[in-house]
Amino acid sequence: MAYTLNINGVRHTVDVDGETPLLWVLRDTLDLKGAKYGCGGGMCGACTVHINGSPARSCVLPVAGVVTAAITTIEAIGDTPVGKKVQEAWLAVDVAQCGYCQPGQIMAATALLTSKPKPTDAEIEAHMNGNICRCATYNRIRTAIKMAAGEIA
Amino acid sequence: MNQIMNHQSPMTSRVTSRRVFLKASAAAGGGLLLNFKLAPLSAAAANTPETAYGAFIRVAPDGIVTIAAKNPEIGQGIKTSLPMIIAEELDVDWKNVRVETASVSEEKFGLQSAGGSTSIPRNWDNMRRVGAAGRQMLVEAAAKTLRVPASELTTASGVVTHAASGRSLTYGEIASKAAVVPVPDLKTVVLKDPKTFKIIGTATKDVDGPAIVTGKPLYGIDVSVPGMLYATYEKSPVFAGTVARANVDEVKAMPGVRHVIVVPGTLAPGATRLNSGLSGGVAIVADSWWQAVTARRKLRIEWNTPASVSQSSEGFAARAAELAKQKPEMSIRRDGDVDAAFKGAAKIVEASYSYPFLAHACMEPQNATAHFKDGKLEIWSPTQNPGAGRGIAAKALGVAEKDITMHMVRAGGGFGRRGANGNEMCAEAAWIAREAGAPVKLVWTREDDIRRDTYRPGGFHNFKAGLDAQGKLIALSDHFVSYGSNGNFANNAAMGGNIFPAEFVPNLDFGASLMPLGTPTGSLRAPGSNALAFVFQSFLDELAHASGRDPLEFHLDLLKERRAKAAGGGDDGRAAFNPERMTGVLKLVAEKAGWGKRTLPANTALGLAYYFSHSGYVAHVAEVMVNGPNPTPRNVKVNKIWVVADVGGHIVNPSGAENQVQGAVLDGIGQIMGQAITIARGATVESNFDAFPLLRINQAPPVEVHFLRTGNNPTGLGEPALPPTLPAIANAIFAVTGKRLRDLPLSKSPGASV
Repeated sequence: MAYTLNINGVRHTVDVDGETPLLWVLRDTLDLKGAKYGCGGGMCGACTVHINGSPARSCVLPVAGVVTAAITTIEAIGDTPVGKKVQEAWLAVDVAQCGYCQPGQIMAATALLTSKPKPTDAEIEAHMNGNICRCATYNRIRTAIKMAAGEIA
Repeated sequence: MNQIMNHQSPMTSRVTSRRVFLKASAAAGGGLLLNFKLAPLSAAAANTPETAYGAFIRVAPDGIVTIAAKNPEIGQGIKTSLPMIIAEELDVDWKNVRVETASVSEEKFGLQSAGGSTSIPRNWDNMRRVGAAGRQMLVEAAAKTLRVPASELTTASGVVTHAASGRSLTYGEIASKAAVVPVPDLKTVVLKDPKTFKIIGTATKDVDGPAIVTGKPLYGIDVSVPGMLYATYEKSPVFAGTVARANVDEVKAMPGVRHVIVVPGTLAPGATRLNSGLSGGVAIVADSWWQAVTARRKLRIEWNTPASVSQSSEGFAARAAELAKQKPEMSIRRDGDVDAAFKGAAKIVEASYSYPFLAHACMEPQNATAHFKDGKLEIWSPTQNPGAGRGIAAKALGVAEKDITMHMVRAGGGFGRRGANGNEMCAEAAWIAREAGAPVKLVWTREDDIRRDTYRPGGFHNFKAGLDAQGKLIALSDHFVSYGSNGNFANNAAMGGNIFPAEFVPNLDFGASLMPLGTPTGSLRAPGSNALAFVFQSFLDELAHASGRDPLEFHLDLLKERRAKAAGGGDDGRAAFNPERMTGVLKLVAEKAGWGKRTLPANTALGLAYYFSHSGYVAHVAEVMVNGPNPTPRNVKVNKIWVVADVGGHIVNPSGAENQVQGAVLDGIGQIMGQAITIARGATVESNFDAFPLLRINQAPPVEVHFLRTGNNPTGLGEPALPPTLPAIANAIFAVTGKRLRDLPLSKSPGASV
C-alpha cells in the first residue's frame, strides 16, 4: 500500500506494508542510513528519530501510524539550531568510538536540549538512559551535552 | 572502491628493509606516490612483484597528503592513529592529511587485523620509518631544486626551508620531483627526536567523526549494491544442528519473498568451532529485509539436533562442583611443594569462584553483503579480520581465495566477535548470494546475534592458599574447571601457567579439568584476562585481608617477591612481566585516588586491582557505595574509578586513548552488574538487551585516566584497561559490606556469600 511520509520536510511516497517499521522504510526504501538497527524492540535507541519533535524508536513504529507526522532524522537534524550545536559538541568532545549508536544519541540529546536547554545531571541521565552505547562513551556524552547547553566551553 | 589510485610508473626505485618494502612513483595527476608493502612475517617478501605494492601515501601538488588506513576500524581509533604516526615523521600538518580506507590485501599491507591490542605495537616503528623516508625524499628533491646540500635544509608543516638563503618550497611543489629520488634505506632513515613530535601525543579527533554525527552510510549494514536483495538466516538453536525439514513452500508464498534456501551446512559432526564450516539452516531472500524477517515468523523447521542438546549451565555448575572435589585432570604449572607448604602454613584460605559465558553484543548486528558472479566473489563486511572472512567463504563455497575480493567497512563495534574465529556471516552471505543469483545483504537479527555468538567461556576456579606467620603468601593452588575435551581446552577457555602471582610464590600448583562443550566460544575484549583478573585479583584481596594487611601494602610487597627473571606474570605470553612497571602504576593510582588518605562517605569504600595483559600495565581504584547489607545491582553504586596505565612512552592519540580506557572500564562495570549467557537444552536462553543488559548512562561513573609514561615502545590499549575493573569493584564491595562476590554477575548472586 502507498503511504506518504513527511521526512525532513520532504514528502516521500512509499509502497510498503503498513506494519513495516519506519526504520526499515528509512533505511532500505529511502536510503537514509543514519538511523541504525540495534535491537528491534525499542530497547537501545540506535534507531531514534523525531516524530513532531519528540524522540521515538523508529524500529517499533509502524509506518501506517506516522503518515500525518513531521519526521526528522539524523540526516537533517543539523538544520535545527539545537541539532547543529549538538553535532558540533559531539565533534569537539570527540565522543565516538565505533560511532554506530551516535546518531541515536544525538537525536535523543537534541530532543532533551530543545525541551530543557539547561538540563541537570539527573535530567541528562533520565533522558539519555534509553540510548545504549556499547563502547560506553557515556563520560563524553555527558560532557558533549553540557557543552551544547553552553555550560562548559 | 576506496583504494588510493595506484599508478604504475616506469620510474620506480625500491628498497627492502626489515619487513617493510617501499617503492616510489609519480602519482596520477602529479605529485609523489609512495607504495609500501608490509610483508607477512613468514613470507619470502623480497621477491615481491611490483603489482603487490599497496598505495599508501600520496603527496599531491596542492600539498594535500592522502594516507591509506590499512587496519580495520572497529571503534578503537586506528583509522586515525596509524596515519598520525606517518604524518608525524613526514612532517606535515594534520589538517592537510586525508585518510582513506585501504583495500584488503595482506600481500600488500601485511596483516590487516584488529585484535589483541596489536595494531600500534606492530606498526609503530614501520609507520615511523615509512613517513621519515617520504620526508627524506622530499628534502632531497628540494636540495636538487635549490642546488644546496640536503643537510642545510629543514622541514616543518609540509615546507622545506633553506634558512641560509631564506628560500623555501612546499611539499606540493616538489612532490613530482621527489618521485624520482632513490628510495632511502629504511633501516638508517633518520627518525624525529620524539621531543619534537607535534602530531603524536596530540589529542586528535576521529577522522570519521563528521560522517558519524551526520548519519552518513559508513558501516557494513549500510552497504548498498545495485540489484541487491535482503536475507535473513535461521540456524539451529543448538550449534551444528542441521535442517531435517522445513515448510519452504509456505514461506515462499509470503509477500516479497524471492527465495527460500535450505542450506545443508558444511560443519563436521561434533564441530564446536564457528569458523570450521558453514552452519546449516534456512535462508529467506526477499525484496526488503523487513519482508524477509516477516516471512521468517512463518518458518517452521525440524532440526537434526546434535548430542550437545543435553548441555546446560546448570549441569555445568553441578559437574564443576563434582570435579572440584577430585584431582585436576591435567597440570598447568607446579613450583615447589604446595602440600608441604600448606601443612606448615600459619593460615589457610580457600575459596571458589565462577564466571558465566558472555556475549559480545556489538551494537551493529553481524552482517555481510556478497555478490557471486562468474565464479568470483565480492564481499563487504564489518570485520576485524577480512582475511579470515575470505578464508571461511573460500572454504564453504569451494572458491579460490584469489577469486574473492574483500571490502573492509567500518564496524559498529568488534570486541573480538568479528575476529579470526567469527567471520561466518561472510560465508553465509556468499552461499545465499550464489544460490539467489543476485547480490545479497544478510543482516542478522539482534536475537541471531546474541544466540549465535562465540561466547567468552565461563569457568570455575577453586583456590587454596597458605600464609606464613607474617602474613606472607607461601603457597597457592588453583583447580580450574573449564571446557574442552581430550585434554584440549575449548577455544579461549585455557589458562596459562604465568598468571600472576605465579613466579611470586615459592609453592604453586595450577591444574585443570575439562567439561565437553557444544557451544562455540571465542575471544572477548582482553580474552582470558577479562575472567582471570577477576578471580585472581579477588582472591589476592581475600589473602590481603586474611593477613590483616592493607591491600596496597600486601600487593607492593608481593610484587617484590619475584622468584625468577624469566617471562611470566602475564597470560598472553607476548611480553615478560616487569614488576617494577606494575609497582609504578599501582603507587600512582593509589595516590590519585587518595588511597588510605581520604574520609569516605557512609557505606562507601575503595577497592584496588591491577593486571598485566596485552603488554600493558593497568591499575584501578574503584570507589563504591553499597546501600544495603547484601550487594545487588540496584544498591551497588560505583561512584568513580581511577585508572593508571603504563603502555609505553608515547600515547599516539591521547583523545582516543582516554576514550578506550573509559570505555573498557565501563564495559567491565556492565559485565559485573548483570551480564550472563545461560545455556539450556544446548541452546542460548538470552536473545536481546532485556535479558543481556548492556551498561546504560545512569550506571556509568566518571573514569579518571592517567598514563604513566615510561621509556618503552608503545603498546595497545583497546583491551588491557578492562580486566582490573571487575575485581576493583568486587574488592570495594567487600570493603563496604564484608560480602565477597565470588560468582558473577552481581544480578545472579543477590546475597553474596560471606
